[in-house]
Amino acid sequence: MTIVSPDIEVRETTAPNRFLEVRDLSVYFPTEDGLVKSVDGVNFGLEQGRTLAIVGESGSGKSVTMQAVMGLHRGTRARLGGEVWLDGTELLDAGNDTVRKLRGSTMAMIFQDPLSALHPYYTIGNQIAEGYRVHNKVSKKAARQRTIEMLDRVGIPNAARRVDQYPHEFSGGMRQRAMIAMALMNDPKLLIADEPTTALDVTVQAQILELMKDLQREFGSAIVMITHDLGVVADIADDVLVMYGGKAVETGSASDVFFEAAHPYTFGLLNSMPRLDRERAERLDPIPGTPPSLINLPSGCAFHPRCAFVETVGHAGRCIKERPELYAVTNAHRSRCFLVDQDQLGALRAPTAAAGGDEA
Amino acid sequence: MSEQLLEVENLTKHFPQRTSGIIRRAGSPVKAVDGVSFTLGAGETLGLVGESGCGKSTAGRTTLRLIEPTGGTIHFGGEDITTFGATRLRELRREAQMVFQDPVGSLNPRHPVGTIIGAPFEIQGVKPAGGVRAEVQRLMERVGLNPEHYNRYPHEFSGGQRQRIGIARAVALQPKLIVCDEPVSALDVSIQAQVVNLLEDLQNEYGIAYIFIAHDLSVVRHISDRVAVMYLGKVMEIADRDTLYAAPMHPYTQALMSAVPVPDPARENKRQRILLTGDLPSPINPPSGCVFHTRCPKFREVLSESEKQRCVGEVPLLVNKVDNIAGEHLAACHYAEARIDVGASTTGTDALLANPIEE
Repeated sequence: MTIVSPDIEVRETTAPNRFLEVRDLSVYFPTEDGLVKSVDGVNFGLEQGRTLAIVGESGSGKSVTMQAVMGLHRGTRARLGGEVWLDGTELLDAGNDTVRKLRGSTMAMIFQDPLSALHPYYTIGNQIAEGYRVHNKVSKKAARQRTIEMLDRVGIPNAARRVDQYPHEFSGGMRQRAMIAMALMNDPKLLIADEPTTALDVTVQAQILELMKDLQREFGSAIVMITHDLGVVADIADDVLVMYGGKAVETGSASDVFFEAAHPYTFGLLNSMPRLDRERAERLDPIPGTPPSLINLPSGCAFHPRCAFVETVGHAGRCIKERPELYAVTNAHRSRCFLVDQDQLGALRAPTAAAGGDEA
Repeated sequence: MSEQLLEVENLTKHFPQRTSGIIRRAGSPVKAVDGVSFTLGAGETLGLVGESGCGKSTAGRTTLRLIEPTGGTIHFGGEDITTFGATRLRELRREAQMVFQDPVGSLNPRHPVGTIIGAPFEIQGVKPAGGVRAEVQRLMERVGLNPEHYNRYPHEFSGGQRQRIGIARAVALQPKLIVCDEPVSALDVSIQAQVVNLLEDLQNEYGIAYIFIAHDLSVVRHISDRVAVMYLGKVMEIADRDTLYAAPMHPYTQALMSAVPVPDPARENKRQRILLTGDLPSPINPPSGCVFHTRCPKFREVLSESEKQRCVGEVPLLVNKVDNIAGEHLAACHYAEARIDVGASTTGTDALLANPIEE
């Protein structure tokens, strides 16, 4: 299993065995209103050839976490803490040159919005080849040849002609493919995909997910998929990390999280969405309230103002007073909730027939 | 069919194109909506689904004449509204409203919420009993906003709350029809369910009919009574919700259904997707015959050469394909055939497979 939790972790200063290991990562942004704790003590790890999905709502810290891994907060006002180990190298304390060498070659990122991630002024081919030429001593001609191969590989028809076109001449799905081609140019060992299919239609999404699975089989890359779509997670992920208010609230294998969900936020999400694979419910069962402010997190468990089980779980307001750790539910499956008793969980997890509070 | 609240017939919207360059000539138009027909009963919800660029939003807006139709007729409450002038159109707005996708862009940032929700009363000259302010506060409370926030501005609200403001404004005059254009797509998963439930409650309370435009097939199944699937400006299939989701007949609907991932890893591993190849063709120059034939898996893999010729040469009409007491199942495909293996549903579907009408 690939996920560590803080309560069992012994602080090591040596390189870990796993390919990617994030230890106690925190990213704080100082703002006029106060310190925004976007990521606050996140731990996880990933082996090559595996896919980890980071799930959460907007503002949960899922994108910021992986931007920190890529070193995209360098030179900004963000305050970073913890350790990020990639293939034996610690990245947060590493020099700019080290990170620059890894970024785009060993690790690559696919962004959500290809139109703003691609430069409108340069051809697709130029932009894709640039990263290849930075990391490899090759001629322009060879880089172009490789670009055409890669475009072809990600399913862009007429790659030899398309390579000279500009981003606006590509459709949304094609642009996302071009982004994937760009990320894969240097055979990255770690591929981070930040909501790669959110802006796309389902039929195109199916094509892109299929492509990513194929490429993983072929190159054995580790993939971190950031998404809010639990359907996509079920399709592609081996392991899942659910984030809420800048912290991991549940981690485990995909089947742990989907079939044995242990955190009330996770099963709240699973029960609140209309599902094509279930009998149509007369009413949806929403999670009441809104996501928390990252400047002033609620006391105790950050989820307690929206949680239906505060009375059931905490004795004498435990959820309100005490901050839960990540507790082991089973060996590799962890949940940041005082409730870890399997029988009790099973009863709570089932969708409730009557919908609770709708108020926001 | 005369008791229907809304009857849309052969609706078309062609956006004129101008060629670039110094000498401007009119180019071929963009056929955003190309002969769409549907009906909607009072208090009913029609889901309108399809991928981006299929014309579903344009169809919704043209139905309300927010965009002027190029052709076709729209009957609302028995009257032909296609010929209405400005005065009568304004009167129509009391009965037919709209909720937009982007809750930021559709609320004036310089107006406090009270003014925004009260605007319909002012514009229509309606004086509610007890005054506008009391009525607006009642509406705010009804949609789950704090009435004390009457004087706050849109930026002080979260995305879900802003969408509630837009909904309060739309239901203010108790219309008979609301066109909802992707009302929950911009919201977080945990907030979506709250807004969907609110829309359903308001429908039950006031008997509003909805045209619910969305690309999320799960949300559409949840909220709709009937569902229309659009592709390249045309309706490919219309049926009642359960029939459409259990046994879609059009190859496009089938591909769409099979592409939706469901939050169940065990099922996802086993599911076979019908992958569509290529991109949406241009609506300026749509393919001949059936507009879907260039990407149709059935056309590519199953049909014989002579059958293919029919797809290329003859436009399939949207006609009833089943002999079913449960209702009509319209599909615009020469070789429509129900399939029960493409959806994600596991429930028994045999009863829904009715006898096909012999051609």
